[in-house]
Amino acid sequence: MAVQLPEMNLVLLSPEILLSLVAMGLLLMSAWSGKESRGLIGTMALSGIVLAAVVLAGLSSATPSATMGGHFIDDRLARAMKWLLLIATALPLLMSREYLNQHGLDSGEYYVLTITSLIGAMAMVSAGSFLLLYLGLELMSLSIYVLAAYQRDQLQSTEAGLKYFILGSLASGILLYGTSLVYGATGTTLFTAVANAIKTAEHVSPVLVLGAVLVIIGISFKVAAAPFHMWAPDVYEGAPTSVTAFIAVMPKVAAFTAFFRVLLEAFSALHVHWAPMLQLLAVLTLAVGSLGAIAQSNIKRLLAYSSIGHVGFLLIGLTTGSQLGHQSVVFYLANYIFMSVGAFCLVLVLNRQGIGDQISDYAGLAKKRPLLAFLMSMFMFSMAGIPPLAGFIAKLYVLMAAVKAGLLTLAVISVIFAAIGAFYYLRIVKIIYFDVAEQPFDMEVSLSHQIVLAISALIVLVVGIFPGKLLDWSLASVQSLL
Amino acid sequence: MSKYLLIVLAPLFGSMIAGFFGRLLGNRLASLVTIAGMSVSALLAIITFFEIAVGNGDPVRQEVWSWIVSGEFRVSFGLLIDRLTAVMLIVVSGISTLIHIYSMGYMAEDPDQPRFFSYLSLFTFAMLMLVTGDSFLQLFFGWEGVGLASYLLIGFWFKKESACNAAIKAFLVNRVGDFGFALGIFTIYQVFHTLDYATVFRMAGTGQYPQTVDFLFWGPVHTMTLICLLLFIGAMGKSAQFILHTWLPDAMEGPTPVSALIHAATMVTAGVFMVCRASPLFELSETALTVVTVIGAITAFFAATVGLVQNDIKRVIAYSTCSQLGYMFFAAGVSAYSAAIFHLMTHAFFKALLFLSAGAVIHSMHHEQDMRKMGGLRKKIPITYTVMMIGTLALTGFPFLAGFYSKDAILEAAYAAHSTAGTFAWTLGMIGAVLTTFYSFRLIFMTFHGRPADHHSYDHAHESPWVMLGPLMVLAVGALFAGMLGESMTHLGWFKSAIFLAPGHDAMEHAHHVSAWVKWSPFLMFLIGLGMAWLLYVRMPELPGIIAGHYRATHRFLLNAWYFDRLYDRLFVQPAKLIGEGLWLTGDAKIVDGCVNGVANLCQRWAEQLRSLQTGYVYHYAFAMLIGVLVLMSLYT
Repeated sequence: MAVQLPEMNLVLLSPEILLSLVAMGLLLMSAWSGKESRGLIGTMALSGIVLAAVVLAGLSSATPSATMGGHFIDDRLARAMKWLLLIATALPLLMSREYLNQHGLDSGEYYVLTITSLIGAMAMVSAGSFLLLYLGLELMSLSIYVLAAYQRDQLQSTEAGLKYFILGSLASGILLYGTSLVYGATGTTLFTAVANAIKTAEHVSPVLVLGAVLVIIGISFKVAAAPFHMWAPDVYEGAPTSVTAFIAVMPKVAAFTAFFRVLLEAFSALHVHWAPMLQLLAVLTLAVGSLGAIAQSNIKRLLAYSSIGHVGFLLIGLTTGSQLGHQSVVFYLANYIFMSVGAFCLVLVLNRQGIGDQISDYAGLAKKRPLLAFLMSMFMFSMAGIPPLAGFIAKLYVLMAAVKAGLLTLAVISVIFAAIGAFYYLRIVKIIYFDVAEQPFDMEVSLSHQIVLAISALIVLVVGIFPGKLLDWSLASVQSLL
Repeated sequence: MSKYLLIVLAPLFGSMIAGFFGRLLGNRLASLVTIAGMSVSALLAIITFFEIAVGNGDPVRQEVWSWIVSGEFRVSFGLLIDRLTAVMLIVVSGISTLIHIYSMGYMAEDPDQPRFFSYLSLFTFAMLMLVTGDSFLQLFFGWEGVGLASYLLIGFWFKKESACNAAIKAFLVNRVGDFGFALGIFTIYQVFHTLDYATVFRMAGTGQYPQTVDFLFWGPVHTMTLICLLLFIGAMGKSAQFILHTWLPDAMEGPTPVSALIHAATMVTAGVFMVCRASPLFELSETALTVVTVIGAITAFFAATVGLVQNDIKRVIAYSTCSQLGYMFFAAGVSAYSAAIFHLMTHAFFKALLFLSAGAVIHSMHHEQDMRKMGGLRKKIPITYTVMMIGTLALTGFPFLAGFYSKDAILEAAYAAHSTAGTFAWTLGMIGAVLTTFYSFRLIFMTFHGRPADHHSYDHAHESPWVMLGPLMVLAVGALFAGMLGESMTHLGWFKSAIFLAPGHDAMEHAHHVSAWVKWSPFLMFLIGLGMAWLLYVRMPELPGIIAGHYRATHRFLLNAWYFDRLYDRLFVQPAKLIGEGLWLTGDAKIVDGCVNGVANLCQRWAEQLRSLQTGYVYHYAFAMLIGVLVLMSLYT
């Protein structure tokens, strides 16, 4: 029996291939070189990402197409999301180097794992089938589990890694089980083929729907949607801050793209089934995100709940099933990266001085470091959705999409929770500006932190005032869907 | 920039320079800057007056810039200068300039002069906007602008509690009027879909509007009556007419130049100007005209009675102003608009003169305003005495002085109207004329004649500096000759298209042909009033006390200005305070705060519960996940 190999257009995979080579090279380098070359490894990792971006830019003129028998898709959505993934990896990496150095985590493996998780995420966003989706997801997740536990000598860090791993495995199992049910019902794992099978079938089989539900649950775990969010606060708190900053943004971009692929390419005919489920998840997630943060005293836990809240909004955009909704999701994700990176960067800046992760440690920051305090308030205001910052426009578009799709109740609920959520953002601002300073806050802000802060602040402000370009870009990236 | 525009803007420039750079410029320079701005404005106003009012120039219409463009709604900032505006321009710019100069002397010891002059010029700017506007919206802009300036200037000495209260009172009472005025403008827009004078008046004249409209909860009401009455409510507030008059006497808390400029010569006459400007509308509603006549007549009489017994020199003049405004309104009410404007002009001269002279008296008496503590000042301050006497004679209608022409024209017109309202107004106006003469000479006699009541103040009394006396003399010339020179204004058609008269509304025409006794009876009233004042305050100075003792209730009734303040306090102020307190203590503190804090507590409790779910044990988390899977599976498959 002759095995027919599918056509393989490796050019389309060039960013992933390049990053894989970089990862392997760095692994070898870190194994054989001494301590003195660690700085070099970090620089090389960053250059690798930049190089991948250059290659990605070079690909942008190629016509969108699929390869590997449809398992790998290179379309505008994938390219847009890969841009976001590269940014969401590069910025946390850039701002982490000093932190890693300080805490003795500056070994080559850290960079290698970061890049392998990036490769996994990029595979996810290009996935044309459940198989590649699963492979990418696992590659990304496994790397991140290790990263979360990277501070081996710290109990909290290893606990975080282990928790993440165990619960993540459970979720992977559920995802895989759902995939097998879908395969059983349709006889294929390719998204387009699944969609065709559903369309041509006389009636929707319950097995297929069950499979779809389980797949959605599996991805929901990755974005930390309630009730599959419980790992998030513990992992965010326990993991090294640099890792927290990374896992707060990068996997979310990948997982939401996976949602796009699965829901709109494979299960678009099942919209009536998954839309209500996502709405329920959205409401629960919003509730957990806004209420959970109120009782927190640790800034990393608080930001964990904050990110859960943002996921609630993203789910609303997803559930509308309209182009405006999808556009709002991409737009929201793009802004979320910068808001979140900016906030975590400030946590890292202040962390350098041995200030703990307690929110009360930030008391009176405004009197000593007015600029840092101003930036922190800006990110907080943006997350709370206060104009004229990017977070406001992001929320506005999600709400507009929800209202246009007739989801008035959902829109109202989300606004209420956003208002409750504003409380804890504003509490941070209040602590920074009105409480009496206890810390000296005499740390220096390194160049890399300055760069990251400047980029994030600029984007949050400029996009807030002139959102047009980014909105157009978001719209273009989701046009191939539906 | 056209010269017409400069008339309006020059005071604004002065105001802005003095206001923003007053500290840098110092007192003297700041006042000089505003005076320079005013002089430019006044000079150009005089030129304009000669072009348009004396010469036979056509009305000027200029569109300066598109002010508001919002969909269908378009308003441009423009200038309309016809004979009506030209008269107002010379009154406003001219008198304002004189008062700016006078203030240099009067306010010499005040540390906040830049602020004062800035406000004063700002007021003039707003007033000029009001009179030059070519649409109702611009009129409203000026209307609110003068209200603001009036508020700022009444409360100029903001450390004095009474001044602050008076400022707030003036603002609030005017708000009532302005609310009506704004509703009137809204109605005009609703009916005509434009606020441009020319278009509105043309459409009104040709009847291109619905005869009835729905207003709030009332069914169909007559359109023109509704519009005019609403506009007139605004005029009542601004011009301190009966019912909305209570703020004017209290406004005397402001510096005296302010009283002269704003609360005598210009701002308070804005209502009269507006009614005349809107004559094409008022002429179409008999009801509105009757209301204007009756309210004006009542005010003329009421304020005069209150003026009889006041002891504060400024309050007497304030009530006199109120009363004279009443005359102007009932003139407008009987369609004698030209007489109203004529009296507005002459009144501006002699009333500003009276106020400024009173200011000079107060200045020379070291800020004493109670006439009972004055007396015999004639010998100490002869120039002030002379000019004040001229002002008084002009006000009371002594032959061939300003008031003689204008007030007589009003009374003749009211008589010649041959309507019930007209006759009512004529009767009250005649009685008012007696009272006017009486309280005016009472003021003169108590202040300048008799024996000094307070020897210490008397000995220190001194003539005011020339910077104050100069403007007084100019105004005295105006009070002497304005009537004679301006009489032609009352001739039919002098105002050309600016004033519209409906067919049959010919009171002004008939006024020139009334019988001789009607023409001379105001002079008789003057003689009666003068005689009574002489009898009571020169011949037998003990008599007023005896009479007051005899008719105690009446005296108190007049002294308290018919108890209006107390009535309003009971009717509006106290209930408003009660409602406010109720809303604060129950509505806000209990209900609103209760809800807000309750929700906050609830969120806090939920948050705590959510936190207790977060145990940290992996098997709890896994369990929660599986529950979630089960629930979702059972719900959605």
